[in-house]
Amino acid sequence: MTPSAGGEGPSSGGVDPDVLVSSALGQLATITTSAALEELHTELLGKRSALARAHQGLVALDPGQRPEAGRRLNEARRLIESHLADKRAELEQGERAARLEADRLDLTEVVVPRGRGRLHVVQRTRDELEDVFVGMGFVVAEGPEAETDWYNFEALHMPPAHPARGMWDTLYLDLGEPETVMLRTHTSPVQVHLMETQGPPIYAVMPGKCYRRDTPDARHIPTFHQIEGLVVDRGISFADLAGTIETFTTAYFGPDIHSRLRPSYFPFTEPSAEYEVTCTICKGTGCRTCSQTGWIELGGCGMVDPAVFAAVGIDAEEWTGFAFGFGIDRCAQMRHEIPDMRVFFDNDVRVLRQI
Amino acid sequence: MRVPLSWLVDFAPFTGDPADLAAALDDLGLVVEEVQRVGEGLDDVVLARVLEIGAIAGADRIRRVTVEAGGEPVEVVCGAWNFHEGDMVPLAPVGSVLPGGFEISRRKMKGVVSNGMLCSGRELGLSEDHEGILVLPGAMAPGAPLTDALGITPDTVFDIAVEANRPDAWCVAGIARDLAGALHLPFSLPEPSTPDVEAATPVASLATVEVVDDDLCPRFTARVLLDVTVTSSPDWIARRLTLAGMRPINNVVDASNYVMLDLGQPTHPYDLDLVGGGGLRVRAAAPGEIVKTLDGVQRPLGERSVGIGDDRRDCVICDARDAPIGIGGVMGGDSSEISATTSRVLLEAAYFTPMVIARTSKRLNLRSEASARFERGCDPEGIDRAALRLCELLGATAGDRFRSAQGVLDVRGTVPGPSRVRVRTARVNAVLGSDLDDDQVAGYLEPIGFGCERERKGVVEVTVPTFRPDTEREIDVIEEVARHHGYARLPRRRLFAPQVGGLTPYQRDRRLARQVVAGFGAHEAWTPSLLAPDVHLRVGMEGGVRVTNPLTPDESVLRQSLLPGMLGALAFNADRRQGDVRLFEVGHVFPPPDPARVARALARQGDTVIAEREVLGVALAADGDDARSAASLWLVLADAFGIQDVEMTALDGLAEPGPGSGAAGLHPTRSARLVRADGGGDTARPIGVVGEVDPDVLDEFGLDAKRRRVGWLEIDLEALLDDAARRSSLVRTVSRFPSSDVDLAFVVDDTVPAAAVYRTLRQAGGELVESLTLFDVYRSETTSESARSLAYRLRFCAPDRTLTDDEVAQLRARCIAAVEHAHGAQLRG
Repeated sequence: MTPSAGGEGPSSGGVDPDVLVSSALGQLATITTSAALEELHTELLGKRSALARAHQGLVALDPGQRPEAGRRLNEARRLIESHLADKRAELEQGERAARLEADRLDLTEVVVPRGRGRLHVVQRTRDELEDVFVGMGFVVAEGPEAETDWYNFEALHMPPAHPARGMWDTLYLDLGEPETVMLRTHTSPVQVHLMETQGPPIYAVMPGKCYRRDTPDARHIPTFHQIEGLVVDRGISFADLAGTIETFTTAYFGPDIHSRLRPSYFPFTEPSAEYEVTCTICKGTGCRTCSQTGWIELGGCGMVDPAVFAAVGIDAEEWTGFAFGFGIDRCAQMRHEIPDMRVFFDNDVRVLRQI
Repeated sequence: MRVPLSWLVDFAPFTGDPADLAAALDDLGLVVEEVQRVGEGLDDVVLARVLEIGAIAGADRIRRVTVEAGGEPVEVVCGAWNFHEGDMVPLAPVGSVLPGGFEISRRKMKGVVSNGMLCSGRELGLSEDHEGILVLPGAMAPGAPLTDALGITPDTVFDIAVEANRPDAWCVAGIARDLAGALHLPFSLPEPSTPDVEAATPVASLATVEVVDDDLCPRFTARVLLDVTVTSSPDWIARRLTLAGMRPINNVVDASNYVMLDLGQPTHPYDLDLVGGGGLRVRAAAPGEIVKTLDGVQRPLGERSVGIGDDRRDCVICDARDAPIGIGGVMGGDSSEISATTSRVLLEAAYFTPMVIARTSKRLNLRSEASARFERGCDPEGIDRAALRLCELLGATAGDRFRSAQGVLDVRGTVPGPSRVRVRTARVNAVLGSDLDDDQVAGYLEPIGFGCERERKGVVEVTVPTFRPDTEREIDVIEEVARHHGYARLPRRRLFAPQVGGLTPYQRDRRLARQVVAGFGAHEAWTPSLLAPDVHLRVGMEGGVRVTNPLTPDESVLRQSLLPGMLGALAFNADRRQGDVRLFEVGHVFPPPDPARVARALARQGDTVIAEREVLGVALAADGDDARSAASLWLVLADAFGIQDVEMTALDGLAEPGPGSGAAGLHPTRSARLVRADGGGDTARPIGVVGEVDPDVLDEFGLDAKRRRVGWLEIDLEALLDDAARRSSLVRTVSRFPSSDVDLAFVVDDTVPAAAVYRTLRQAGGELVESLTLFDVYRSETTSESARSLAYRLRFCAPDRTLTDDEVAQLRARCIAAVEHAHGAQLRG
C-alpha cells in the first residue's frame, strides 16, 4: 500500500505513518533471529513505540482530521504487523530446518538387534501340511511315542513274528515282557487309538515323531517325523484315496506337481500303493534327483485292511476307508533342497536361522 | 531279486524294449530298482595268454606281465597274483572302454609302461568277483574276442524289490507269470524231464525220514542221488547264477540254488555218507541245543522269545541218531556239507510252517535265501517239480553213472491246500471305485493262476493257487484285480469331508506358544529323544526308560527333560563361537516308568505305556541372559495365554517331583518351580521350572559358566494349556472415569519374594486396582545388605465415578499398612 496522497504533512506528533512503515521495513530486513524479532516487535508496536506515541498524539488533532489520521496510523500498524508475521514464519521455518538437520540420522548405523527366532523347518513343514489337510476338512490327531505291540503292530494286521514286522527295524523299550513295548516305528498307532476311541466317520491326519533302528544317511535318520491320514466313512473307495492324494499334492507342492499310485505292500492296507509325486526339481522331465524317472517316491497308502477294522471293532462291510502316510522331514528336504538330513542333528544356529 | 531277461523268456515270449518291461513290472508292484545292461562294452576285450611274469624293481605289489594276444607280445603292469604263466586271461587293450565308462590308457607305474589292463570279473561286469583276474579255460585262441570265447550275449538284468506279501514273486517263474498276465502273453512252466536217471534201488533202502513235529514241517521229502560226480556247473548255469547275484560253487550246490531262483523252492543237499545213521529226523529243538551251521558258527536254538505267542520251538534237522545237523528252512550244518568227494547225495525238499521259520530266523538273527522264502510261504505242491528239475540239471554234469534212487520219501502232515474265496463283483467296485463286470474280474485272475467259477451273476468263486498263500480273503483277491487292471486306470474322485476341519484349542495354543518364544529371539531346535545314560547323570537325573536294542550306547535312554539335549546343542554352538544364542524345543519327555501303568497299557486298559508329556524347553544363552531372562519370558508367555493361576515357588518348597517340574540340573538359588493352583485349591500342581542352569552342570557340558549364564524355562505344555476354559475370554468394559496413580517403594528383605508383596498390594487395593506393576528394583548402600527396594505403581479406578483425593489417600494408606504388616517392609521416603 502506498502512503495516501494529500499534500500536507502529518500533524500527529509530526510522524508520518508512511515513514514509520518504511523505517520498520528497513529494520526488519536486518533481523535474523527470533529473539531479535521479538525485540523489534516491541520496539515497533509496543507501548513506547513511535506508532503508539502517534496514536496518543491523535487527541491533539483537529476533530475533523482525526478519523483520517487514525485510519492511516491503523493502516501502518496492520502493515507492520503483517510484515512481522511474515518474518516470524520465515525465521521459524529456517529454525525448524536447522533443528531437523541437526536431528539427521543414518538409519544404516543401527546396531543389529536380537531378531525374532526361527521356527524349525521341520516343524514349520508340519504346520503347513496340517494346514493343507485342515483346509480339506481333516482334524489333527496325536498320540504317544512309546507304544505297545498291539498298537504298533498287532492291531495293524501284524501278528507276532509276522514277517512284515521286519519292514521296520524297531527300537524296543526295556518295559514289560521282551519286545512288547517299543518306540513307535510309524504314526499308524494313532489310527488305532482314534478308531478305538472315536469310531467312524473319521477324517484325520496324524503327525508325529517316529523311531527306527536305522543307521543315518543323507536321506534317512533314525528319529524322524511322519504324517499319516485316515478316512473312514460309508462308501469310501480307492478313487477317493487317489483323489485325496492328488488334491493334497497340488495344494502343497503347487499346480505343476501331480501324483501317481503304484502297487505296493503294507500289512494294514489292501490294496496298498506307493505314492509318488512329480519330481519337484525337474518338474517331471527327468534329472539326477529322480533317477531320470520324473517321479519321486513320497509315501505309502491304501485301503484300510478289513483285519484292522476287525481289530478295532468296526464293521468292514458297512464302513470302508483309506490311509496314507509320508515323511515330514522328507517333504522339508525336498522343498528346501537340504542335501543331508544329518544336518538336523547339530542344531547349528547358522542352519537354524537360515530356513 | 536280480532277474536276467534271458531267464524270464524261459517262461513266456517277452520281447521289446527292456525299459517297457521294467515299466510294466513297476505297474504290477514288482518295483524295478535298477535295469542293468550286461555283456555290453566288452567288444574290445580279447583273450591273452600269459607268457612271462616278472618283478618290478622297488615294487612289491605289482608285477610286469607279458602276454600274447594274437600279435606282438604286450607288456602290462598288474596288481593281481592269482594267475600263472600259461594262463588265459582277459586283456583290455589301450583305447578300450570297459563297462561303466572306464577308458584304458597307457600308464607308467614304477617306470614300467603298461599297455592295457588285465581284468577281473567285476571290472568286466560279468560277476561280483574282484579277488583277482578272471582266469579262463585254456583251450581258446589268444586274440579272440572275449564275448565269442565265453558265448556272452548282451542281456538285461532287472533288480526287482519283491514285497513281503509276494512269496510267488521270489523266483523267475513267478515274476514271469505276473508279467505275462499283464502283457497278455502265454505263460508256461516247463515240465522237468528226467529220462533214465532213476535207478532200481528203492530210496527207502538207502535212507530214512522221520518227522516228529509235523506242525513245524508239514511236508518233508527226500530223494537219494547216487554216483554223483561233484564238479563245476555248465557255463550257462554259472552265468545265470552270477547274473542273479550268486556265486557258483559246484554242480550240486549250484543246481540247488538254481532251482530256488527258478521256481522259488529251496532245497538242501546232504552228503549222505556223512549223515549219521543214513537218515533224517525232523523235530523241535530242545532249548539250548546247538547246531554248527555252514558258515561255521555255533548256534544255540530255542534260547529266547522273539515276541508274544512265541513257543521258542525251532525246527531242527537231525541225523538218524538224533544229532542236530541243520536248522530247518534256515541253514544246513557243516557236518554233512557237499564236498569234492561226495558221491551219494540226500536231497531235502520240504515245506516249513512260515511263522516257525520267521521266528527262528529272527531269534538267531540269521537270514538266508531259504529262510526268506520259507517265512513268506513256499508252495507245498511245488516241491516235486523243484526236486525233479534239480535232478534234470544235475544230469548234465554229474557223470554218466549218475542215478536217482527209485521213489521219494514223502512225509505229509496237514499241508495248506488251495483256498476258495467268494468274490462279489459289487464289492470289488465298492472298494476300487471301479465299474468292472464278472468277466473282467475273472479275466484278470485266470492268467495268473487263479481258478474262477461263476455260478451266479455278480459272484466269482475263486480258487487260489497254492503258490499264493498271501491271498486268503476277498480283499486280497480284489488287490490282484486292481493290480492287473492297473492302478493308473482306476478313477480318481475329489473327496469332500462332511465335517469342518480344524486344530484343537491345544494345538492352536501350542503354535502360539512357539511363535511367542520365537518372538523372544529363540530358534526352534530339534534335539535327540534318545540320550547316552551318563548324559542324564550329568544333569543329576537318574533312571529313565532304556532301549533294549539301541543302535549305539549314545542313544539308549529316553530323555526325561529337554535340558540335557539342549545343553548339548548350546555346547555345539559355543564350540563354533556361537555362544550368544537362544534355543527352544517342544517335544515329548519320558518320566521313569511305572510298572502298574505298563501292565495296564499292555492289557489294553486305556493308558499309554509311559506318562510321556509334551513340554516346552527354552535355553537362554544370549549375551546378558540369566535367570531373569527366563522369568521375563515366563511373564510374556503367561500374558500371551492370560494365565493368572500359576505362581513361582522356591525349589525347596515342593517335594513332589513330576514330569516337567524336575529341578535337576538347575541353579538352586536362582530357580523356581511354576506351580498351578488347581480349581479346588487343595493341591498345587507343579507344571514347570524357571531359572538358571547350575554352573557345575554347564561345566559338565563344556560350557564356560564364568563366561555365560544360561537361563532355563521348561513347562509341561499340556498342563499349562489343557484347560482353555479357565482362561477368561470375556471382554471387560473399561471405566469411563479418570484413574489415579500411586507409586509406592518399599524396602523389603531379600527373603520376601517380590511376588508376595505384589499379592499383598493387589489384595489390599481390592477391586479398585486397575493395574499393578513392579517398575523398579533398587539396591543401595542406604538399604541394608539383605534388603532391596521394590517400587510398585498402582493405578486405581472406579467403574462408576471419579475417585476423590480422599479415597485415593485411604487406599494408599491401606496398601502401605498391608505391606508393612505382612512383610515387615518399610515405605521409602
